[in-house]
Amino acid sequence: MRDFVLKRMVALVLPFVTMLGLYVIFHGHLSPGGSFSGGIITGLSIIAFNLVFGTERGEEKISERLMALIESFGALWYGAMGLVGILRGASFLMNKGAGVPVGQPGSLYSGGLILLITLGVGLKVASTMVTLFLELMEEED
Amino acid sequence: MSPNIADLLNVIFLTFLVVVAIAVSYVKDLIYAAILLGAYSVAIALIWLLMSAPDLAITEAAAGIGMTTLMIAVISKIGRKVE
Repeated sequence: MRDFVLKRMVALVLPFVTMLGLYVIFHGHLSPGGSFSGGIITGLSIIAFNLVFGTERGEEKISERLMALIESFGALWYGAMGLVGILRGASFLMNKGAGVPVGQPGSLYSGGLILLITLGVGLKVASTMVTLFLELMEEED
Repeated sequence: MSPNIADLLNVIFLTFLVVVAIAVSYVKDLIYAAILLGAYSVAIALIWLLMSAPDLAITEAAAGIGMTTLMIAVISKIGRKVE
């Protein structure tokens, strides 16, 4: 597993994989994909780093505690975005009816709260996948 | 009436799917089984694409090819051979 070619290839490819995952998350309301697939792609890039460079280096980059914090933040973020509707005097998770500005159809900012909600779900999925993987790796030792 | 190219590709991918799915159960080494399961996911992602469901194709490619293969590969490092 600790191969020179593998390490260099991963170092070359991984930034683009992370960018692709974030792209899929942010364009979830415009193009195929969404928070789940984008979150998995983003999580996969972190998992690949952990697998190739070892979990110690991965722990230095993004610790397990930070992963747990991001995981909780994603769920809380979803709830907070839902509360926007209530605070504006409409129902839970209300988007346009609560007076949230929705931009031009087809542009990146066109769904009101959908973009922010998708970001929260994507972060949650990514960190959950990484936490699952790290738990499995620990069980091995 | 001549068969169009999408039907032909569908038949090819579905045949590949069945062959790989049967092969997974015959392989003794778990790491090979995980890689074959990845090939299964490639075929099914292409089938989703042919059925014009690119959303499912992306999810299948990410979850099936990447995540499942990695997870099973990590699990199979614990005990590789099954009797």
